[in-house]
Amino acid sequence: MIGGRILAMIVKELLAVLRDPRGRITLFVPPVLQLVLFSAAATLEVRNIDIGVYDRDTGAVSTEFINQLAGSPNVRHIIRIGSPAELRAAIDDGKVIAALVFDEHFSRDVVAGRTGTVQAIFDGRRSNAAQIVGGYIERIAASVGAAVRPQLPGGRSFVSNWFNSNLDYLWFIMPSLVVTICALSALSVTVQSVARERELGTFDQLMVSPLRLHEILIGKMTPPFLIGLLNGTLYLIIIPTIFGVPMTGSILLFYLALCVFLLALIGIGMVVSSIAHTQQQAFLGMFLLTVPMTLLSGFATPVDNMPGWLQIIAQSNPQAHFMVICEGLFLKNLPAAAVLASTWPLVLIAAVTLTAATLQFRSRVE
Amino acid sequence: MSAGWNTRRFIAMLVKESLQIGRDPSTLLIAFVLPVVLIFLFGFGVSLDTARTRIGVSVQDSSAAAQGLAGDFQHSRWFDVVAAGDLPRLQDDLVAGRVRGIIVIPADFGRRVLHGGGDIQVITDGSSPNTASFVAAHAEGVRATWAASQGGRTIAPVVAIDARFWFNPELASRFFLVPGAIAIVMTMIGTLLTALVIAREWERGTMEAIMATPIGMGEFMATKVIPYFGLGLGSMAVCTVLAVTVFGVPFRGSPLALLAIASAFLVPALGQGLLISAATKNQFVASQIALITGFLPAMMLSGFIFEIASMPKPVQWLTYAVPARYLIPPLQTVFIAGDNWRLFLPNIGAMLGFGAIFFTIAMRASRRRIA
Repeated sequence: MIGGRILAMIVKELLAVLRDPRGRITLFVPPVLQLVLFSAAATLEVRNIDIGVYDRDTGAVSTEFINQLAGSPNVRHIIRIGSPAELRAAIDDGKVIAALVFDEHFSRDVVAGRTGTVQAIFDGRRSNAAQIVGGYIERIAASVGAAVRPQLPGGRSFVSNWFNSNLDYLWFIMPSLVVTICALSALSVTVQSVARERELGTFDQLMVSPLRLHEILIGKMTPPFLIGLLNGTLYLIIIPTIFGVPMTGSILLFYLALCVFLLALIGIGMVVSSIAHTQQQAFLGMFLLTVPMTLLSGFATPVDNMPGWLQIIAQSNPQAHFMVICEGLFLKNLPAAAVLASTWPLVLIAAVTLTAATLQFRSRVE
Repeated sequence: MSAGWNTRRFIAMLVKESLQIGRDPSTLLIAFVLPVVLIFLFGFGVSLDTARTRIGVSVQDSSAAAQGLAGDFQHSRWFDVVAAGDLPRLQDDLVAGRVRGIIVIPADFGRRVLHGGGDIQVITDGSSPNTASFVAAHAEGVRATWAASQGGRTIAPVVAIDARFWFNPELASRFFLVPGAIAIVMTMIGTLLTALVIAREWERGTMEAIMATPIGMGEFMATKVIPYFGLGLGSMAVCTVLAVTVFGVPFRGSPLALLAIASAFLVPALGQGLLISAATKNQFVASQIALITGFLPAMMLSGFIFEIASMPKPVQWLTYAVPARYLIPPLQTVFIAGDNWRLFLPNIGAMLGFGAIFFTIAMRASRRRIA
């Protein structure tokens, strides 16, 4: 019976993955651990900063400025600096990310109706964080200015942030982590499947068994698919309940896209696995693919920021498409049409990678 | 097992281990191809420098003022106006991700400008928080500049900030991303590759076979680790040359300092790899653990992309146990700022300390397993 043979093959493959208790643990504990840890670590906000202050003015306005700075929720310590040499050392040694210099006539300038200038020196080694801190200092300058000399109200911009009104970074990072961690766990199981048997020499035994080619392939692809689905389900439950990130979209569409996404990845994994001679090569090959795929997925930085030729390459990356779907379904209640618009490239990628895997696998067998 | 030192034996083993590495194409792929790929990705692809953002503009007023402001948005160097028209259609574009923000110039805008007002509405896509705050800030910038150009109502600010960014005045994010990528590369070779290769030997039993020979434990470990040390330094050198020549990252420190920093980091990285392999003795488990305790923390918890000070307290404590945390500041400094031994020495000390701990535990783990 054909169905029975496939089932037996699937059971055998599942046992191969789940037999080792340590292997079992590494399949499920780290993904959840990563979710918790990296959700806490991955923030592009800048908090708890130390700022140096070299106050040669000690007037009313500079004192007001420093008080507002100290009161800012983003600032941890104000470090008083007494000389230019001390300032240089504080920046050089990374003790402060920014240092403010108030010159002797700062308060006098402001009181006299002129513009008081504060010199702000930033640590350009951390240019991104420094720019964000620069934004905070600008805001404090505007607020000090308004307190000293109220101005006529002009027009304003009223900003409303849709889908994530407080611009909580966690809301962005959670759906992205679903993509990267699902990809990592599904791929790492897939690449081992053929390579392990070849290294141990059991692949030939499989070949002389009555199993047909497609039965072996389906048997090899089912465990990573199930593990991917299980991890996806786990995240679908944990993210709204524990992290409070809403799941606004259709669960059905999420599973549909997840299935296609997993198939595309498994195809890639099978190609790597049947090229590799050893488990070590399989793992390293997977790593060689996963790192660029994750970096080009829009996880760390938006795909829009990349140069045009790289955006075209990113189109062939399953993670980039699933990222759009995941972010959309969690936060934006993405309509079915938009989900499908990102799903069909995944279908295309899956078709290509699965065909390549079958061809590669067949050439190995023959 | 004799502990006696034998230079000839040591060299012979060293040559054997080096040949073994040189003959495996996948090892060389990881040591030299992946670093180059990574440097290119961090140099070109992963940019925190904001490019032009796609927005939609909905002008609901036919006054000259509204049209003028809309024109300013068209010409802004921060925005690409890809859609205009009625609000509901633009809102669909926002949901689908075709635009990242919508500027609404309301119906009575022109009239209000004459009375000293003139508010606009900015709708951003909060699902990418960074882009959203960028859109909000620059939209206000465009509006304020436009308002200032109307009838010369410019008022000098009361307090102005004169900002200077030392070391990196152009604020190029690749200046800190590319040195960070070097840290990732060295973690990969030191921890991941070492853990994997040596776990394989445990799995196959060749480790025990060698331990049965007269070679001492310390000597044996050294011959295993030294080739990877060389491999790590080699790929670091390749990355450094690429960073400086292709991506124009400055190198203001001394090569000696870079060598000292990189060598100091490879000690805990290799120790960790050795420890993982000795504790797991299984390739799959070793690869997963190396990924989770070595590679991912080096990426996320080292201060490379995400600021450590901004993390919650328990996570901040955790970062102290990540050797890469002590590598990133000196590495960025030696490239961008120049030599500063006050900053280098404590970090080098911390890295060597971790290395000593890892190696001690790894040695004990190996010995216990044999006995």
